[in-house]
Amino acid sequence: MATDQITGAACVIRALVDQGVDVVFGYPGGAVLPIYDELFQQNALRHILVRHEQAAVHAAEGYARSTGKVGAVLVTSGPGATNAVTGLTDALMDSIPIVCLTGQVPTHLIGNDAFQEADTTGITRPCTKHNYLVKKVEDVSRVIHEAFYVARSGRPGPVVVDLPKDILQAKTTYRNGAAVKHRSYNPRLKGDTKRIEQAIELIAKARRPLFYCGGGVINSGPKATQLLTEFVRMTGFPITLTLMGLGAFPAADPHFLGMLGMHGTYEANLAMHDCDVMINLGARFDDRVTGRLAAFSPGSKKIHVDIDPSSINKNVSVDVPIVGDIAHVLEDMIKLWKARQARPDQKALAAWWKQIEAWRGRDCLRFRNSDSIIKPQHAIKTLYEKIKGRDYYITTEVGQHQMWAAQYIHFEEPKRWMTSGGLGTMGYGLPAAIGAQIAHPDALVIDVAGEASILMNIQELSTAAQYKLPVKIFIVNNQWMGMVRQWQELLHGGRYSESYTESLPDFVKLAEAFGATGLRAEKPEELDEVIRQMIETPGPVVVDCRVDQTENCFPMIPSGAAHNEMLLGPDDVAKPVSEEGMVLV
Amino acid sequence: MADKNTIRRHTISVLVDNEPGILARVVGLFSGRGYNIESLTVAEVDPENHLSRITIVTSGTEMIIEQIKAQLDRLVPVHRVSDLTVEGPHLERELALIKVHSTGEKRVESLRIADIFRARVVDATIESFVFEMTGSSEKLNAFINLMQPLGLVDVSRTGVVATSRGPAAI
Repeated sequence: MATDQITGAACVIRALVDQGVDVVFGYPGGAVLPIYDELFQQNALRHILVRHEQAAVHAAEGYARSTGKVGAVLVTSGPGATNAVTGLTDALMDSIPIVCLTGQVPTHLIGNDAFQEADTTGITRPCTKHNYLVKKVEDVSRVIHEAFYVARSGRPGPVVVDLPKDILQAKTTYRNGAAVKHRSYNPRLKGDTKRIEQAIELIAKARRPLFYCGGGVINSGPKATQLLTEFVRMTGFPITLTLMGLGAFPAADPHFLGMLGMHGTYEANLAMHDCDVMINLGARFDDRVTGRLAAFSPGSKKIHVDIDPSSINKNVSVDVPIVGDIAHVLEDMIKLWKARQARPDQKALAAWWKQIEAWRGRDCLRFRNSDSIIKPQHAIKTLYEKIKGRDYYITTEVGQHQMWAAQYIHFEEPKRWMTSGGLGTMGYGLPAAIGAQIAHPDALVIDVAGEASILMNIQELSTAAQYKLPVKIFIVNNQWMGMVRQWQELLHGGRYSESYTESLPDFVKLAEAFGATGLRAEKPEELDEVIRQMIETPGPVVVDCRVDQTENCFPMIPSGAAHNEMLLGPDDVAKPVSEEGMVLV
Repeated sequence: MADKNTIRRHTISVLVDNEPGILARVVGLFSGRGYNIESLTVAEVDPENHLSRITIVTSGTEMIIEQIKAQLDRLVPVHRVSDLTVEGPHLERELALIKVHSTGEKRVESLRIADIFRARVVDATIESFVFEMTGSSEKLNAFINLMQPLGLVDVSRTGVVATSRGPAAI
């Protein structure tokens, strides 16, 4: 037997290192012991021990989203794999590249209901971009290389590689991943030239144009965001971003109208409703964005650029569909724009901007502040003022605080904002912050949290403490599942069924129990000092920021309503929501 | 062009890597996204390259059919998705085994109709026949309906297989 034979487990480590992985988030168990044994005997790969496998995937997501690299996860069979399912689904919905290695019982026991056996490929089939069960040790290295290729190319997503224990222990020759080429999966990057010409034609003739851009721009890479900024400034058109797209265009630029959608700005949503040419780059007409489909931007010609053909014409029929990578398509668009010396009707554009400025003048994110009680909007706005100019990364949990963070915290560059957009996973923020902090040890990483969400993965404070990660957890504590309470108030006659948390822990003591620092702000005058302390205290810090319990998140497009039927604040009397709207989530 | 809300029947041919789980991926996609499957057939067609062909008959509005095709194409082991219904003339065939239990005049009548439909007798007892029949789904339906009052016991159908007319590959 040749001497260069190594175990399947050793192949796993070598393949990860060859793929440029420097950190893997995981949790050991019986089926993956051979891999953990190999991990122990090397130094190229760092392992971060989380406290729950769901958090391993979210941490890898935070790592991936803040770096643009593939996040790596290692979990055991059975419960290890099933616990990872929420994270995998989250990564699928938000198009985050993840490779998740799961242990499996030895091949001869598969199907026998063995200890810690689960049909991992069966369970994860609908929540991954692709998955593999490796049945021969010779396939281990090839499959892992392929998994990384699939995860990062095209529309990124999570890939599971299920590794039976006997395969990890058998020996084989390692193969490097230099020549990975998939026989059926080769996503198209260049957009169709004819269609791009049509798009430019429309854009050049636009009188009330709008860029509507999403996470696809960020996933395409730094070149795409740079080209987008260039193109927007070149055309002088307004731009709005989705929740996933925040940071794809600098928020401080006057062309930016803020986020659109259910809790988007008045100007962004009305511009969507009234525009005549919509340029959708890497966004997917999500239901949080469109509102009532029948009334969605009724008068516009729509251009849609997306790398995933299934995103096109799924919810909304478009006039010019372009399948391709945003950076490639934008490059062609800009080239064509310059070659044509296109110059849209400046008078029409000026009138459009005048209208937009009038909408902007409504100052839709204004709120009534208070001297006696901390308003949640004020808390997050103040947080932003204190971190502005610093090297910051923001993650969030899910709910009202998430929307306020999206509204009041601004991002001048991509990969700074990580939130669970598609799946809406409570418990995402803390592990994602851990992942981002691992990737950027010196940066200021803040999880803007709610007191309900944070309890869903609070065990990760232990991870943060172990690795001395200075993540800051800013809990906007109103003692309610705020968004649930808001919907119950607006849609269910104020019957607050199970949305109040009776027995919240003392978050300051909780932080201390985990070896972190706990701070509390109860009055508006304490806020500045608490945030300052939070930023300056080394190590993990938990802030319990007690806020007004009854505040609702505005602006809001009630479910089943159109963009021009927004509620701007508590004084806007909501029309009763239609039956059609009541069934929507 | 038909109204965009018209529901039409489409026959879609999908060339895939013959690997474990591929059928589950395709079927899971249809059930998970709420699409229809009227029939589905699958078999390996190129053993050397480990390729299988799946023929799916489905129905939906134009937008849904486009979605189905895009979603199928997105599956990593899928090589090619062809909508035979829109890509020009094509052939569809289905095979059925039809068991009829009867005696006397009904038995004679079933045999007579089978002859008209060019169904073959592949099994016979004193009081039963099994007919084998190949043809379009409509033809099979017509025959099965006629057998109903003549002692129909069982039907097994393969589902539709299809290919395009002319020399070009699908």
